[in-house]
Amino acid sequence: MLRRTVLSALIAALALAPAPAMAADTPGVTATEIKIGHTNPYSGPASAYGTIGKVITAYFKKINDEGGINGRKINFVSYDDSYSPPKTVEMVRKLVEQDQVAFVFNTLGTPTNSAIHKYMNQQKTPQLFVATGATKWGDPQNFPWTMGWQPTYQAEGHIFAQHVLKTVPNAKVGILYQNDDYGKDYVKGLKDALGDAAKKIIVIEQTYEVTDPTVDSQIVNLKNSGANVFYNVTIPKFAVQAIKKTHDIGWKPVHLLNSVSSSVGVVLKPAGLEASKDIVTARYLKDVTDPQWKNDPGYKEWLAFMQKYYPDGSTVDDFNVYGYTAAQGLVQVLKQAGSDLSRANVMKQAASLKDLGLPMLLPGIKVNTGPTDFYPIEQEQLAKFDGERWVNFGEIYDASKK
Amino acid sequence: MTPRARAVGVAAALAVALALPLFVSNFRLFQFTQVAVYAIALLGLNVLTGYNGQISLGHGAFYALGAYTTAIMIDKWDVPYPLTIVTAGVLCLVVGFLFGIPALRLEGLYLALATFALALAIPQILKYFEHWTGGSQGIVLSKPNAPWGLKLSPDQWLYFFTLAVLVALFALARNLLMGRTGRAIVAIRDNAIAAQAMGVNTALYKSLTFGVSAAYTGVAGGLSAIVIAFVAPDAFNVFLSITFLTGIVIGGLASISGAIFGALFIQFVPNWAQDISKAAPWAIYGIFLIGFMYVMPFGIAGAVRLALARLGRRGTAARA
Repeated sequence: MLRRTVLSALIAALALAPAPAMAADTPGVTATEIKIGHTNPYSGPASAYGTIGKVITAYFKKINDEGGINGRKINFVSYDDSYSPPKTVEMVRKLVEQDQVAFVFNTLGTPTNSAIHKYMNQQKTPQLFVATGATKWGDPQNFPWTMGWQPTYQAEGHIFAQHVLKTVPNAKVGILYQNDDYGKDYVKGLKDALGDAAKKIIVIEQTYEVTDPTVDSQIVNLKNSGANVFYNVTIPKFAVQAIKKTHDIGWKPVHLLNSVSSSVGVVLKPAGLEASKDIVTARYLKDVTDPQWKNDPGYKEWLAFMQKYYPDGSTVDDFNVYGYTAAQGLVQVLKQAGSDLSRANVMKQAASLKDLGLPMLLPGIKVNTGPTDFYPIEQEQLAKFDGERWVNFGEIYDASKK
Repeated sequence: MTPRARAVGVAAALAVALALPLFVSNFRLFQFTQVAVYAIALLGLNVLTGYNGQISLGHGAFYALGAYTTAIMIDKWDVPYPLTIVTAGVLCLVVGFLFGIPALRLEGLYLALATFALALAIPQILKYFEHWTGGSQGIVLSKPNAPWGLKLSPDQWLYFFTLAVLVALFALARNLLMGRTGRAIVAIRDNAIAAQAMGVNTALYKSLTFGVSAAYTGVAGGLSAIVIAFVAPDAFNVFLSITFLTGIVIGGLASISGAIFGALFIQFVPNWAQDISKAAPWAIYGIFLIGFMYVMPFGIAGAVRLALARLGRRGTAARA
């Protein structure tokens, strides 16, 4: 008897399983609202990024207070994924299938975005302006619903390579990098742009793990190799150590510091301003800890925004500039889309940004996209630290032009 | 509880599980598939910790091993996915057994620390063998479609598939634990010396228990790779192992049904916590955890057993 009940339940379940329904209108869009999804690590090992989600939420609050975009308010739904890919899949499926968002925006992390890459494209739901520096997000041919945002790590590697080839005769490059994708991408960018000369120019490569206590011994090895260029691919904690140690042991190479750690307040000051002198970096955002922007209208506007809408947020944290700028990029896309907020049109407008300048981008750096160009920000400029602030020099480098 | 009542309970739970796809969306079904996957992993850990008394803080490593076995076999060699699950289980059985041999010398907290090292090491090991594992980029898989022309969405198919594996493994575990072997396993937990005196080969049983436990967790890992359709080292951090341990304690130590209750808890409670407070979800989670432990010291399964026993007593009293 029981067996038969169970069996009939099974058959009924198999027979009646509903076919996936087709939606007529764009989910998440009403006459007065557009619903946008987001995931971010608010907890867990990568929770330092959590502030990006908070600053974006705050910025959309400001937009809504000012009347929204084309009469629609932004309903921004942000979930914690703890930087765990399975959780990202679950949360993004919740956003798309249950919360019915129009699209997801600035989801953070390389492995986390990889986990939803295929899904978003199967769902034909935009995965817009993802917060990662990996190169794979600008592939409109195979993934027409996914678009990157910031300059890729590899592109930055190209810039440094150009600089070395142009300005350092008899260059002998020593590299210190974090042993993961981020570090390897930077190294690959440098090697690609050095071309055949790479084998001869790069004399030593040292790595560290995020869990290592210090990088002191690596710096000593780099010095002993006789390198005269130091390609420093480290996150802030290790950048501080590397700069200090380089100075302490009296090594004076051409010091190329990746933009990840170029904050004056977070890295250079703790490392010592004297020790940081003459370091070269590449940037695309204004450094809020750099005194030269004190009277800049873009900076003042950002500061006023932070004080009013996100008073808990740190005003020396680059991430709060990052999220602010990305949110402004999205607002431009939505403005351009006008009354047609279909997913296809959102994607089309995201791919039609022309020379868009944003207040916290360095002067001269523009956002540009096209049907085959899914890399919005591709420009960076080199800057040298003069002991107090970054001094931009040279042309604005554009990774899209080889 | 009488055997008859237990059978009715199991049948009812199974009927609910089978009918679930009729009532819930694909997304919810995906969540319940994850519950089933967790339940298998928790049962594996419960066999080791609950029944045999060996504490493992490193079962996330076996989960990862299973997940990567499945992912690599599908990605590199196009092996049919059911076969990869079996392989994941067998591989973890062997590795777990081998790990169990040196672990024999370690008791209680010392074993917990040794396994904890395993959990700490696994993400870095996975990144090291980049050629196979795809490094921190991970491996992207495709969700399988329903076979034999069944009119099921991939989510529905995977749900039934996982459920079938779960039922088979639970039945197996029940047979194992209720018999001679099970008594030996429990006897070792309660008093190893006495067990040995009665002729139980404690060394062999402990290693075997470790192997079986790892195999269950490996199968769960393999299933998770297919359900999520992606594996990456960041998914298998230390926190996962601790989550498993939380799951079996909340669900009920040394209880088969406890694995399911525990799985429901670790799947849904963090989400509820986030719904309640975005600012401090883990504080809310902590409150839930303390609350559960305070109200149900023997886990959810223990509380259910107690409630049923009380009801049963009242029933007999009324009849008398």
